[in-house]
Amino acid sequence: MSTLLIVEQVLNGLQLGVTLFLMAAGLTLVFGVMGLINLAHGSLYMIGAFCCAWVTVETGSFWLGLFAGMAGAALVGAILEVVVMQRLYARDHLDQVLATFALILIASEGTRWLFGDVPLFLDVPDAFSGTMELVGGLTYSKYRLLIIGVGLLVALGLYWLIAKTRLGMRIRAGESDREMIAALGVNIRLIYTIVFALGAGLAGLAGSMVGALSSVQVGMGEPVLILAFVVIVIGGIGSIKGALIGAILVGLVDTLGRVFLPTLFGLFMENSDATTIGSSLASMAIYIVMAIVLAVRPQGLFPATGSGHA
Amino acid sequence: MKKTLLAATTALSLAALSPLAVSTAQADVKVGMITTLSGGGASLGVDVRDGFQLALKLAGDQQIELLIEDDGRKPENAIKIADKFISSDKVDVLTGIIWSNLAMAVVPKTVRGGTFYVSPNAGPSALAGKGCHQNYFNAAWQNDNLHEAMGNYANDTGYKNSFILAPNYPAGKDSLTGYKRFYKGELAGEIYTKLGQTDYAAEIAQIKNSGADSVFFFLPGGMGIAFMKQYAQSGVDIPVLGPAFSFDQGILGAVGDAALGVKNSSQWSKDLPNAANKAFVAAFQAEYGRLPSLYASQGFDTANLIISAAAKSDPSDKDAFRSALKAADFESVRGKFSFGSNNHPIQNIYVREVIKEGDVLTNKIVSTGLEDHQDAYAADCKM
Amino acid sequence: MTREGWINLLILVALPVAALFAHINGEDYLTNLLSRMVILGLAGIGLNFALGFGGMVSFGHAAFFGLGAYVAGIAAFHAFDGSLFASIPFEIGGTNQMPAIWLVVALLVAVVAVLIGYISLRTSGVYFIMITLAFAQMLYYFAISWPTYGGEDGLSIYLRNEFPGVPVDRSFSFFLVSFGLLLVGLFLSWRFVNSRFGAALQGARMNPIRLSSVGIAPFPIKLTAFVISAVIVGVAGALFADLNGFVSPTTLSWHMSGELIIFVILGGVGRLLGPLIGAAMFVLLETYLGGITDRWQFFLGLILLCTVLFANGGIMGLLAGRAKHD
Repeated sequence: MSTLLIVEQVLNGLQLGVTLFLMAAGLTLVFGVMGLINLAHGSLYMIGAFCCAWVTVETGSFWLGLFAGMAGAALVGAILEVVVMQRLYARDHLDQVLATFALILIASEGTRWLFGDVPLFLDVPDAFSGTMELVGGLTYSKYRLLIIGVGLLVALGLYWLIAKTRLGMRIRAGESDREMIAALGVNIRLIYTIVFALGAGLAGLAGSMVGALSSVQVGMGEPVLILAFVVIVIGGIGSIKGALIGAILVGLVDTLGRVFLPTLFGLFMENSDATTIGSSLASMAIYIVMAIVLAVRPQGLFPATGSGHA
Repeated sequence: MKKTLLAATTALSLAALSPLAVSTAQADVKVGMITTLSGGGASLGVDVRDGFQLALKLAGDQQIELLIEDDGRKPENAIKIADKFISSDKVDVLTGIIWSNLAMAVVPKTVRGGTFYVSPNAGPSALAGKGCHQNYFNAAWQNDNLHEAMGNYANDTGYKNSFILAPNYPAGKDSLTGYKRFYKGELAGEIYTKLGQTDYAAEIAQIKNSGADSVFFFLPGGMGIAFMKQYAQSGVDIPVLGPAFSFDQGILGAVGDAALGVKNSSQWSKDLPNAANKAFVAAFQAEYGRLPSLYASQGFDTANLIISAAAKSDPSDKDAFRSALKAADFESVRGKFSFGSNNHPIQNIYVREVIKEGDVLTNKIVSTGLEDHQDAYAADCKM
Repeated sequence: MTREGWINLLILVALPVAALFAHINGEDYLTNLLSRMVILGLAGIGLNFALGFGGMVSFGHAAFFGLGAYVAGIAAFHAFDGSLFASIPFEIGGTNQMPAIWLVVALLVAVVAVLIGYISLRTSGVYFIMITLAFAQMLYYFAISWPTYGGEDGLSIYLRNEFPGVPVDRSFSFFLVSFGLLLVGLFLSWRFVNSRFGAALQGARMNPIRLSSVGIAPFPIKLTAFVISAVIVGVAGALFADLNGFVSPTTLSWHMSGELIIFVILGGVGRLLGPLIGAAMFVLLETYLGGITDRWQFFLGLILLCTVLFANGGIMGLLAGRAKHD
């Protein structure tokens, strides 16, 4: 296998990782700040993609669609937070798991109700269609490069938001001591709504960007949701840095596992068996990595400090 | 305590109220349709149901009573519904299942119990060979058929080095086996992907570097949409081949122009020139306001097959009804159609090309991939 | 007897009476539906050991449910065609005797549960939820792609496995066997709550530090409860396979884990019969909502959501009032 191909596969892994980061960032923020497990985060990803596809077809502009995907998911997120989630913060994880599981059913069937049974059309914008040449004769999809760029920008932006701004300070304060910050006269309710909407918006952004490459359909959020959970658990729940590193790790393991495991098994067994066993192992790879990480470090790679949640 | 009793009795009476679709009209043939009407794969089930109902409506047939239930694509639910249809509603014929794994859950038990099953979509190899049964009829195709036609087409076109891929599950393996059964060239690569995978960057990179002269893929549903879009973005221009599932009417809109020009195999196409098909396409558009899909055509044919058998015999006489089904005495929208020794179709499989009619993407037939084709398992079937 | 006690008694009498009634009227379908409630209820009762009593929110109990189902399926498969499951190190064939199958299920599930529990219980909170999910997903993907026993197509059990002296191929007999196992599960559950071990588990859930300070290590206690829970769920899985005459990877999927949790919460956490009521309710909703509208999943979600939000304590909470605090 040539070096060029390996570099390309690493880029592919990076791109998958960055997408997962957009999903995981919201999940981990919501958990870190509000202590909420949100299984319905994948539904927000789906809602973002549907909003984006719908607006793109109506207006003819992908960029308007992208904005709509983000805004739509954030809006739905804010409404969900006020109507449902606020009642769940004080409950145990069990109630949260069930309530958000119920939300998945509602969101999936509701979306099908609104948009019909068939997948929607959404394509890559013309400006980023096709490939471009990188160093050393390597060609790579422009749109995938865009995704990597956007993801890294979002990571930087989140870092800046949380470390440097007043809102970020309050979020961090809310993470470590809820009562205290409320006693200081900060509107903690509003901060919660903002954090949730922010996470939802990022999920919507991820859904819209990936929707253009894959298919916009009901249920598209579920596989990504599970991967995103794997990411935040590996990275350490509540930590943005952990989410970024966990996401890239999962992206690389998944992509490279799919490529190299069948080849590896092909070295010492018959070809058809090797493809079957190699592919099976590749689908399990990230879960195996996660189990190993947790067996060694039960709080993930970068446990968030100061969080009151066990 | 009163409240509790009330709740308990409500629960029990709910349980006692089993057949929901009670009909007063006495029908000659009672058909139970188990299909997927909710969740991700619902569009296929909806198409089969609509096609079936259209056939009943056009025939003006009072002989068929149709009960429909949603399986939500869960095998355990399909089993439960089959149990209800058979033991409680006493249906004569079951039909409607879309997915092979659900068919495998329901069909063997159903047909052994003496109820007929007519498949409008799935045709797993396990039910075509040694596991065949006289009460099981397949009105669509055996799972391998469309892939076999593509393999044959690849030979005819002169492809010598195919890269083939499918998801890592039984239907995926059947498909690659089917392709390889007819395809005579070399393999540039053979990949099994994860079921439900939506990112194919890694696989496309492998294709690009494999030196293949053609790509054959079977990726049903959203997987195929994702693959085609990403393939178009990757700048790889090796020609793509596949079965109709990823290029059918219901899905083409979501794939977009990326699908233009792709060759795919199907036993049916909306431009087949026979009279039954012309009438079907027009009636379907008038009734539902959309172009019919492959699945709709199969639902339509399944209904007409059952109607034709009901016209000849009474289902209480199992042997007569079975021979009436086997005769396949109806105007199929795919033209010539008959059953082989294992009750699976003998039919033409066509090669279609994705084209644009105005703004709408659709298919047109370019050649006949396999003529009067029968599946490879028929010889193993002892009935 | 308390109000909850009366309700429990009523339900335990009503179920077999309803089954008998359905049986006499020749409605096999309803008998099977009741068996389904009982079996899923048994699985819920099993999960409740970990979830309700031990506070271990496992999102991966489908692993044990599916494992039990596959053992029943694979044993029947080999018994049916007379082939061997393994010939190294010694010959293992199939069997179609339910008690033997349950024994194998219990042993195998216990071993797997010790492994999974040993690693998972090092973590807590969300980490625990997710690591249990991860293990179940591994098994799920393995089952989908492993061709020997059908992969995603699943595995048919052509003849229902046998129980000595009972014609379980008849719906009503099978119901009675399932109901018998349910009673065993309930009895275990009831004895457990009132035992010293149960008290220790409660301690491990509520205040692990204090428990360690009186000289009891919480870890072995939690692990034991986790394994008992898994074994009961596994046996329920084996019954479920026999009820359907079919095993598929969907019994290992994360939706299944979610549904098991639903049974427990819908019925009422920490109630003896809570999981049974939850399972019965879920089966009724799933069966009859679909007859009313194609959009039934939407309304199912709405009902579940409202139960969590407004009926804290589940159906049993509504029927019997607040649980006593212990």
